[in-house]
Amino acid sequence: MKVEFHRVSQSFGSMRVLDSIDLSVRAGEFVCILGPSGCGKSTLLNIVAGFIAPTEGEVSIDGVPVSGPDPRRIFVFQERGVFPWLNVEQNIGFGLYRLRDGEKRDRIARYVQLVGLQGFEHAYPSELSGGMKQRLEVARALAVDPDVLYLDEPFGALDSITRLQMRRELLRIWEAEKKTILFVTHDIEESVQLADRVVVMSQRPARIRRIIEIDIPHPRDLSAPRYIALRDQLFAEIGLAHQV
Amino acid sequence: MRRSSFVGIAIFFAAWQVAVTATHATLVPGPLPALAAIGELARRGLLIKYIVASLFRVTWGYFAAVAIGIPSGIALGLWRRGELAVNPFLQILRPISPLAWIPIAILWFGVGDLSAIFLIFLASLFPLIVTAMHAVHNIDTVHVRAGSNFGLSRAQLIRSVILPAILPQLIVGMRIALGIAWLVVVAAEMIAVNSGLGFLIIDARNAGNRYDLVVAGMILIGAIGVVLDLLMRRAERLDFVRWGYAQQ
Repeated sequence: MKVEFHRVSQSFGSMRVLDSIDLSVRAGEFVCILGPSGCGKSTLLNIVAGFIAPTEGEVSIDGVPVSGPDPRRIFVFQERGVFPWLNVEQNIGFGLYRLRDGEKRDRIARYVQLVGLQGFEHAYPSELSGGMKQRLEVARALAVDPDVLYLDEPFGALDSITRLQMRRELLRIWEAEKKTILFVTHDIEESVQLADRVVVMSQRPARIRRIIEIDIPHPRDLSAPRYIALRDQLFAEIGLAHQV
Repeated sequence: MRRSSFVGIAIFFAAWQVAVTATHATLVPGPLPALAAIGELARRGLLIKYIVASLFRVTWGYFAAVAIGIPSGIALGLWRRGELAVNPFLQILRPISPLAWIPIAILWFGVGDLSAIFLIFLASLFPLIVTAMHAVHNIDTVHVRAGSNFGLSRAQLIRSVILPAILPQLIVGMRIALGIAWLVVVAAEMIAVNSGLGFLIIDARNAGNRYDLVVAGMILIGAIGVVLDLLMRRAERLDFVRWGYAQQ
């Protein structure tokens, strides 16, 4: 197992946010953590990333307990995670300070291309659209070649068309680069489109209600009966009828 | 400055001259005698000398304050317990006008440049410390986390994330502190030295009620203050700090 949560609980003061989470993620797996806003799923991601120490329990990666942030596992925030004082190239190169200049330049060029930011190498984040900033942050994360990516509602602030494009991009990158991905979202459709498995969280204090396997190969047909069945199952699990 | 600003200044000077001429006022000189007085200062070789003397004191006092105030403000911002220990002193010292330090400055440094520089240093020091401290507090957690995720040492994190993140606020603080330094140099020169624009004003009154020279001194102080401020504002337009200000 790549990532293992063992009885992870988190309280802030008297407020219990996470309640005894047990979860195992395989290497190369794409796992979506799905739950209502404010349920504590972001907290869970911050714990596995090493930004917060859990009140109880332990997370280990490759059998080693997580004790802090690690460049082998990169956290992608919503688009505001890019450094506004650095331009596109400098942002992507941020984690590459150990590389020699030539190598660094090649790596930056490669990831600029991967996320389609050619022509914007010298632009600052304030000059980019939300989708471009998000791609930039993904590029910055991928450039250090991590084996795990943590994404915290990364496409939440994007318009729906850009969001679909970004999902396709992410799947392409995931399949090409064989990363393990933990992806937090409150969007049911998004989780069915992306994940190998969807972990459904309850209201606070969050527990795992259920884990649903999405056994549809990529690229996924969003009108296929199996897709709709799984989506409806998730809607039911969250407690929503699929009617507006 | 825009064209309308210049028009505004021109109208002000014209109205002032007209008012003085029309009322035969004796309590205030008109702008023409004041401008003539600036010419007189230039002829006597005092204009450049006094401006340089004032700027010299501001430069030393201000840069000493920047060199000490900003690093200590950042350190306090990063080190919570240090801040808790020092903050009460800062808050007590801050509202004391720098001019209240004049007797002590003279006692410590004698009558001369060093006293004036010390007063400027003190006046700019506290705002700089407080700005740097608050700027560190206001850093977006996301940026610190993103930075630490890439395996940076503490020193690298300070250099590559903390410093650039606070720079926009630091520049504003430095601009305000420079304005304060310029206010204080004039006041300090009225007491402790025998050159500079502050000295010019006091000396012109003492040596024969030359109010044209007094007003000339005031105009020079105001104009140089504006130039200093404009120079500092240019720094706010640099690519790597522009993000920190509201979008125009």
